[in-house]
Amino acid sequence: MAEDNAGRIAERDGFIVTKGKNKKQLQCDTDSSAGCVSQRACVYCGARVVLNPITDAIHLVHGPIGCASYTWDIRGSLSSGAELYRNSFSTDLKEQDIIFGGAKRLNAAIDGLVEKYQAKLVFVYSTCIVGVIGDDLEAICTAASQKHNIEVIPVESSGFIGNKSAGYRAAGDALLRLIKPSEPIVKSNSINYLGDFNLAGEAWIIHNYLRQIGVELNVTFTGDSHYTALKSAPKAKLNIIQCAGSMLYLAGKMEELYQIPYIQISFLGIEDTAASLRKIAATLGEESMIAKAEDLIAKETARVEAIIKGYRDKLQGKKAAIYVGGGFKAISLVKQFREIGIDVVMIGTQTGRKEEYETINNLVDDGTVILDDANPAELERFMMEKGAHLLVGGVKERPLAYKLGIAFIDHNHDRKHPLSGFEGAVNFAEEVYSTVCSPVWKSLSKSGIDRGVTDHG
Amino acid sequence: MLDCTPKEITERKSGGMINPAKTCQPIGAMYAALGIHKCLPHSHGSQGCCSYHRMHLTRHFRDPVMASTSCFTEGSSVFGGGANLKASIQNVFHIYKPDVMAIHTTCLTETIGDDVSSIIKTADVAEGKLVIHANTPSYVGSHITGFSNMTKAMVSYIAESTLPVKKEQVNIIPGFVNPGDMREIKRLVKSMDIEYIMFPDTSGVVDSPMTGEFEMYPEGGTTVEQIKDTGNSQLTLALGRFASSDPADLLNKQCEVPAAVLKTPIGIKATDALLMTLRNSFAREIPKELEIERGQLVDIMTDTHFHFHGKTVAIFGDPDIVTGITEFVLSLGMVPVHVLTGTPGGSSNSAAGSFEDDINEMLTTAGITANVKSAGDLFTLHQWIKNQPVDLLIGNTYGKYIARAEDIPFMRVGFPILDRSVHSYLPIVGYQGAMRLIEMISNTLLDRADRDAKDEDFELVM
Repeated sequence: MAEDNAGRIAERDGFIVTKGKNKKQLQCDTDSSAGCVSQRACVYCGARVVLNPITDAIHLVHGPIGCASYTWDIRGSLSSGAELYRNSFSTDLKEQDIIFGGAKRLNAAIDGLVEKYQAKLVFVYSTCIVGVIGDDLEAICTAASQKHNIEVIPVESSGFIGNKSAGYRAAGDALLRLIKPSEPIVKSNSINYLGDFNLAGEAWIIHNYLRQIGVELNVTFTGDSHYTALKSAPKAKLNIIQCAGSMLYLAGKMEELYQIPYIQISFLGIEDTAASLRKIAATLGEESMIAKAEDLIAKETARVEAIIKGYRDKLQGKKAAIYVGGGFKAISLVKQFREIGIDVVMIGTQTGRKEEYETINNLVDDGTVILDDANPAELERFMMEKGAHLLVGGVKERPLAYKLGIAFIDHNHDRKHPLSGFEGAVNFAEEVYSTVCSPVWKSLSKSGIDRGVTDHG
Repeated sequence: MLDCTPKEITERKSGGMINPAKTCQPIGAMYAALGIHKCLPHSHGSQGCCSYHRMHLTRHFRDPVMASTSCFTEGSSVFGGGANLKASIQNVFHIYKPDVMAIHTTCLTETIGDDVSSIIKTADVAEGKLVIHANTPSYVGSHITGFSNMTKAMVSYIAESTLPVKKEQVNIIPGFVNPGDMREIKRLVKSMDIEYIMFPDTSGVVDSPMTGEFEMYPEGGTTVEQIKDTGNSQLTLALGRFASSDPADLLNKQCEVPAAVLKTPIGIKATDALLMTLRNSFAREIPKELEIERGQLVDIMTDTHFHFHGKTVAIFGDPDIVTGITEFVLSLGMVPVHVLTGTPGGSSNSAAGSFEDDINEMLTTAGITANVKSAGDLFTLHQWIKNQPVDLLIGNTYGKYIARAEDIPFMRVGFPILDRSVHSYLPIVGYQGAMRLIEMISNTLLDRADRDAKDEDFELVM
């Protein structure tokens, strides 16, 4: 295997480009190399993160205990009602189930749970091992569904059948089964909001904007949603999509099956939030909405720009590195960093698509490193080379950034503050400021206590 | 909020888990492997497992946790993972340059039946580099079993008896504890002036200092030379039966190093037992400084005993930790009424005994009747508490749901702790760890007393 001094392997070269330096097309959407320290997750993870915010469902993981343990209350998706989704249910497969099949245990688990919790909806997730031992999830769920007269929906999410994106698709299929109407659809004037999981209450912020401009919201996929609301999804006249990675498939299917057109929007940053509100109003085409949207944008922009300017003065000229899950978020982040005076010098995703990487390439400055499915060694190398002051990423990237003496903000499951909309833009600026300009960096000194004294001044 | 648990206890026929008090073997194996110097743990399976384990360990330790994966696809699951594993071995040594690669299996690779040891034998491993492996099916045992299995692999692959006479040196298997605990145990052994080898040893690996540079392999961890030399030691102390006794037994079989299985040294009694064993085995005096520490601990216990007396407590978590905490709170005069671990607990018939027997014996001696269960879940614990409320709940972060639903004071101990920091640096073992536990328990109880006190009962001195 070809290898240079920095420990790179040639196999990875196609996945890394520097804007302006080379004309080659970035490779993406492929399997990772065996033996890599990958930041990627699995199919089950993708399916679970999409479906988990459905608050009144029993999310039952069919497999050994680990898969359920690690995804117990995995993201901070808030609920205005039911709390059932925050429990962790597993069939906890044992050795004899692997040999004789897990059907009996799964049946018993569904029976027991339905009796205890009186839920109307059960999702049964298949894990790696279930895919291998071949339990007939479909048959078991159908039987359980009839027995209890509720919906028991299998989610085909065995980990090895692909990466996180395949899980988004599995979740999409489960949702399509759920929303399939039993009676003819009566269309309403409302819209569905796809790809907001109500992390830190973000969906509520956007609901509020839509209400203010007179848009009637039908159902949010899947943040703070529940069985009854989701059932009404086909009657909407438009779908708007925030997280494209997880929801494009579902949107396409809903267009095909229920004639609901979709548009992609983004509520990350002032620029994208304003553009998205305009786009929604224009698509719905009502004069009053367009006027109200302009009012809201003018009022909110004026309000938050005044606050953000204070942060921009402190942050101007700093450099950011981005490593997030999907491409769409990465694109918004580049623009949002510009709003606070920060240049992006490195940008990568775990599962970005070709067209998203093209947009990224058009958006960033020459010299910016763009990479797909990066490992920690690569992240370190390019952040150091490019002199990044800040990394945006998820839980596994946080301590890596800190160890390098680089500031960090979480734009993934673990974040505590909403980053959507105008409020979110302020939170974002504040979070960037509080980490980049924290006094803790003054305590960091390579030569220890002696130098530390001088560094502190 | 989060109070979905029914109070009425009905028979659980399903055997499934609701709100688990354990997780799966591979994460324990990954953690143990991090305790070898310059070792990259490797997860043989699909990407998700490795990602979850790294994420979970990262959240608990707040330090980078590196591990590679075989990146299974559908093809590897059908045709076997041999090719993936061989490619992984080659890539790992090329790109990440560890001294040791420690492979553990997942439920997927166990089920398709990959013969990892044969694959390793036919793989191309460079001179001076080492590949070890442990079978860690997720459908057997728990993360504690996985820790034990990887520690066993260190023995079976590396330990050797090379000298005619054993050295005056002790092996310490610390069990699944924090790096802060490992440091404290080493300090105790060092202060008795005894040569020791601790393995695995994650101190200096997952609590490494900030230097402004990212070290793929921080300075800590037991070296391969040291693990090899464990076969020449005079004695192995296996701390915590569930995590440590199997590797100690294997070392005895393989290299004739006798093993003493002790409790994880939580609290005064278990710490006394550790030091007395060392004293008797190596003819050393217990140094004055440790006598002073012990005296201070007793002094603190005396000063505060009225805070604890008769207070009821529910304890859950990993079996070795729960056993230690139970023994300690009993010594403070508290009353454990619910004691539960998620890990399957051995059986009464086996030579090693069982978790439930151990706990029940302690409780019987103290004249207490309680709910005790191994292989349990937090749903069961929650139901117990609903039916018999307690003054304090002790366990890992997941206990916060129960604590909130039932409005009971909660003290975090064990693994994982995902919502507090610093815990992994500070010990709960030894006399000093016991002092810290007392501070934690009494502050938790007294903060609640302050919060709940009426104006007329609100006191300055407590």
